[in-house]
Amino acid sequence: MKELLKEKLEKQFTTVQFEFIEQFDELTLKFDKSAIVNICAFLKDEDGLKFNFCEDITAIDWATRKNRFAVVYHIFSMENKFRLCLKVDVDESECSVESVSSIWKAANWAEREAYDMYGITFLNHPDLRRMYMPEEFEYHPLRKEYPLMGIPGAIPLPKK
Amino acid sequence: MQKLTKDDVHPKIVQTLLGADVHITVDDALENEMILNMGPQHPATHGVLRLLLRLDGETVIACIPELGYLHRGYEKMAENMSYLEFIPHTDRLDYISPPANNVAYALAVEKLAGITAPPRAQYIRMLLAELARMCSHLVAIGALAMDVGALTVFLWGLREREKIMDFFDVICGARFTTSYTRIGGVASDVTTDTMKNIIAFIDQFEEKFDEMERLLNGNRIFIERLEGVGVINKEDAIDLGFTGPNIRASGVEFDLRRATPYLFYNEMDFNIPVYTEGDCLARYFVRADELRESAKIVRQVIDKIPNGEVMLNSPKKVLPRKTEIYTKMEELIHDFMIVNFGINPPVGEVYHAVENPKGVLGFYIVSKGEGQPWKMKIRSPSFANIQAIPHLVKGQMISDVVAIVGSIDPIMGEADK
Repeated sequence: MKELLKEKLEKQFTTVQFEFIEQFDELTLKFDKSAIVNICAFLKDEDGLKFNFCEDITAIDWATRKNRFAVVYHIFSMENKFRLCLKVDVDESECSVESVSSIWKAANWAEREAYDMYGITFLNHPDLRRMYMPEEFEYHPLRKEYPLMGIPGAIPLPKK
Repeated sequence: MQKLTKDDVHPKIVQTLLGADVHITVDDALENEMILNMGPQHPATHGVLRLLLRLDGETVIACIPELGYLHRGYEKMAENMSYLEFIPHTDRLDYISPPANNVAYALAVEKLAGITAPPRAQYIRMLLAELARMCSHLVAIGALAMDVGALTVFLWGLREREKIMDFFDVICGARFTTSYTRIGGVASDVTTDTMKNIIAFIDQFEEKFDEMERLLNGNRIFIERLEGVGVINKEDAIDLGFTGPNIRASGVEFDLRRATPYLFYNEMDFNIPVYTEGDCLARYFVRADELRESAKIVRQVIDKIPNGEVMLNSPKKVLPRKTEIYTKMEELIHDFMIVNFGINPPVGEVYHAVENPKGVLGFYIVSKGEGQPWKMKIRSPSFANIQAIPHLVKGQMISDVVAIVGSIDPIMGEADK
């Protein structure tokens, strides 16, 4: 499967740099964030790949690295019974990435959650609201600088 | 359910609910249209799910689920505690089937740490996971029947569930919050007597479940409330991230126990029930059939279970036995190190998903080689399943919303994390 993916992707996207990482029997694919929508659409529709099921989208806050965030996509091909992890780096100065909710509808809420928790904006998302926290909340709780105990007074008490 | 005023709903939610094409407001609705608030405190929403419904008469035009009323920040808490300390928190995700969550979490951490539990422990995990699946489906079927007006099945289902809970009590020491798995095995062994009792339970269960089914399958009200309601086709079901019994009711034969076998599921003989209708009734049938399949797996597990240890002997990663901690210096040191500083798995990222009663439960763990995970993401099945509710209720009557939510079987503990 790895060879097939490598061959097909490098043939289709000649200008994109791909990095294949294999760890714990899992395949991770790293590339630049500008190509995310095209690559996802290709992975979903191409014969022999058919990654039709978007399991999860989340982000990692590396705190001290140059590219502070990484957005992680877990996609699964029901035809090949194969799971692939896609990874793109996102810097804090340009904290956004194109939304893939036009490709998988399941990405809609997963991206809302990542936005809520990390403050990464997903461009062209149909309905980018907070998932769990109230809309008035100013912080992004899963960022490393947010304290475990929370910030007192961050959520206003309900009106009587 | 109460009628809302403008101040109760955030403008962004109102905007999504109404769409761009209309200009009605919550206060001044069109003659027939209104916005209705259902939940978070509503008996039919199975927890604290809040649905905002835009209605035309009795027909649902749009629906917005609002989550977060049970958000406890488990992903943040996980970053601040050791791998072992998080096990009790997995009980509180899908609180109808705690042992299945324990198993899913332990498997993910073991994959990261590069260890495998001994065969007997893995068989015990399978046994517990399948009993948990039976628990979960009994509640799901009972609650669905109760939502559409048949109360007896719920009581009969809980009676059977109570018997399974008694086994959890004997095996784990707790009925509900089991916290049974450990990294590298399970907390304690299952005795032969208990296994005999489980077999006796399974023997009478099939008969009892037939009785329950007879109450429903011949019940005209039950069938007519569910048949053809909340239909979702194969393509949409995959696209929206449906998993578990819900996707199998739409004609997709997708079960991680078969697709990516874990534990010893590849040695078990069981069928994956698939229905093609994709309506609420099909989702009920899938759960009913899965109950029987789980009973079949439980029988095979008890039949095949090997003798041996239930905890791995790997001092740097796995807690030593209590008797050895009290008598040997080495073990005392290892216990101290694991409890205080954690198991320090290698640097890396791991994603492991299993087939839970509600669907695919995945743990994504990022390790920096420390005792605590750098990041943990829980891919919860109910979260993705609730996402499909707006699609399912569109064009249905308001009374069907209750049946659709019941047939999806969401658990808010897991959807809100």
